[in-house]
Amino acid sequence: GFTSKADPQGSGRITAQVIEHLERLALVDFGSCEAVARLEKAIAFADRLRAVDTDGVEPMESVLEDRCLYLRSDNVVEGNCADELLQNSHRVVEEYFVAPPGNISLPKLDEQEPFPHS
Amino acid sequence: MAAPMLRWVGRGRLWTFARVDGGSCHRREAPTGSTSNWIRGQSSVAQQPLCMTQKPRKGEHKWAAVVGLEIHAQISSNSKLFSGSQVRFSAPPNSLVSFFDASLPGTLPVLNRRCVEAAVMTGLALNCHINKKSLFDRKHYFYADLPAGYQITQQRLPIAVNGSLTYGVCAGKKQSQVIPKTVRIKQIQLEQDSGKSLHDDLRSQTLIDLNRAEGQLRVDANISVHHPGEPLGVRTEVKNLNSIRFLAKAIDYEIQRQINELENGGEILNETRSFHYQLGCTMSMRDKEGKQDYRFMPEPNLPPLVLYDATSLPAGADPQQVINIDQIRETLPELPSVTRERLVQQYGMLLEHSFTLLNEVGLLEFFQNVIKETRAEPKKVTSWVLNTFLGYLKQQNLAVSESPVTPSALAELLDLLDSRTISSAAAKQVFEELWKREGKTPGQIVSEKQLELMEDRGALEQLCHSMMEAHPQVVMDLKKGNPRAINKLIGLVRKATQSRADPAMIKEILEKKLSS
Repeated sequence: GFTSKADPQGSGRITAQVIEHLERLALVDFGSCEAVARLEKAIAFADRLRAVDTDGVEPMESVLEDRCLYLRSDNVVEGNCADELLQNSHRVVEEYFVAPPGNISLPKLDEQEPFPHS
Repeated sequence: MAAPMLRWVGRGRLWTFARVDGGSCHRREAPTGSTSNWIRGQSSVAQQPLCMTQKPRKGEHKWAAVVGLEIHAQISSNSKLFSGSQVRFSAPPNSLVSFFDASLPGTLPVLNRRCVEAAVMTGLALNCHINKKSLFDRKHYFYADLPAGYQITQQRLPIAVNGSLTYGVCAGKKQSQVIPKTVRIKQIQLEQDSGKSLHDDLRSQTLIDLNRAEGQLRVDANISVHHPGEPLGVRTEVKNLNSIRFLAKAIDYEIQRQINELENGGEILNETRSFHYQLGCTMSMRDKEGKQDYRFMPEPNLPPLVLYDATSLPAGADPQQVINIDQIRETLPELPSVTRERLVQQYGMLLEHSFTLLNEVGLLEFFQNVIKETRAEPKKVTSWVLNTFLGYLKQQNLAVSESPVTPSALAELLDLLDSRTISSAAAKQVFEELWKREGKTPGQIVSEKQLELMEDRGALEQLCHSMMEAHPQVVMDLKKGNPRAINKLIGLVRKATQSRADPAMIKEILEKKLSS
């Protein structure tokens, strides 16, 4: 898990490398020390699950596991609201949403402003 | 190649992993299902590296290639997999999009019953084990045509696993021999499609259409090479191949590329490649951002999908809300492999004939209609349908439905042949006339062109006699023991009768005369 990757000694610190990786994956900006500290606390909190002995216990897949999955009949009942949906878009060309081209590369770590991580 | 009746058109996607060649499977957990032209990244599963304690010398060991296919097939349904918007081709952009399809906050996926039935049918048709419980997951990646930031798929526990498909490979001279082969199906899963991106490089923008009904069958190929007995090699993925021909070319190229690379001491990278149609080669599409991590998690808004069979069906359950695998199995039409077997058993035809009959749309029905209406032997019908009839169709590039000759017409023609009213050569003539679409029946053509076989044996005997008298040198050749001379005589007599005499009878009469 992440704890061992971040700090094998278990002090719960996350490396700058992991932060960079997470930022790229989730497009979240850990812009401050406090944000990283919050993350480390969240991981420590979740790690308390390991205190429970789960040997031989099937993991729960879904909190909805006792519910029935509702099956919808194959009828057309919605759609046809392009105008309404396109109003949400900052830019529109004819009836298309406009997005920036392709994937924009994130700046490399050393290209960013120095990130206060101690 | 025989295709099972799995023609999917519409929204929602079915996946199958088909394994070609033996050996253990690629441990593929994270298929990348992109519909756009851009890279999505690679699988999050690391492959076992090739054991390279020694660089293999050129030609020292044999290479074995392992190929896995990911097939994306759209389901034929009225509405989408998780929403009630319509599935339709060529609709105005974003007109078939509901709030859920646009990923507006607060919307939830609602599973389409028809899509589940379709998945079960596919699984049954492909001899899979249907998982009575299957799960939905989220596969995360960022792209403009995926507004939610994730795709709902079935990564952990798909709806069907461990199937197989029998197909035929044409081999031998003239590709006429069919060798039956089997491919393993690793799994079938239901998943969402992403939208469509149109890249406008000029204005540096991308136009997004979230309708998502493309109607294509897409295939991605996973390829690796290894020495038999050694662990599997690193695999590459070649994406978005839209025709069987290019699929084959891309796979052949990639196998050779990997072998060449390894034999020259290089290494294979676990990467995505695209096939360059004009150059006939694969090229790396590696995303500079590095390996993709899809951060799979269970779809929190969908409980497990539970399917039932006749024994487990809960009493008093709402039939609309339960899916009975046994009931679906009963609605399956006769599968091609069963049909082919039946044709071989029932009509004594060769296996390759059964493949041909099933590979042409409407041909089987045509054949069966002729069989119904004619007295002629099935083998004769098979021969005429597969050789003469199909030959004419192919020559003029026509579908069976466009044929000028109806099953009834062919049946009538075969009856005339069977009753020895006309000769085989005359029958071919009649067929050619029928093809002209002049509305005449075989019977009419026969009488108009006077193609009836000579009934009068006496007249035929006289004709043979006069022919023998007219060609004494041929008769002498025959008496000397030249077997081919009789064919010349038969030919002469036939010509004289304008092909109205049965060559077998001519031969018999001639031989009798010669021996007397």
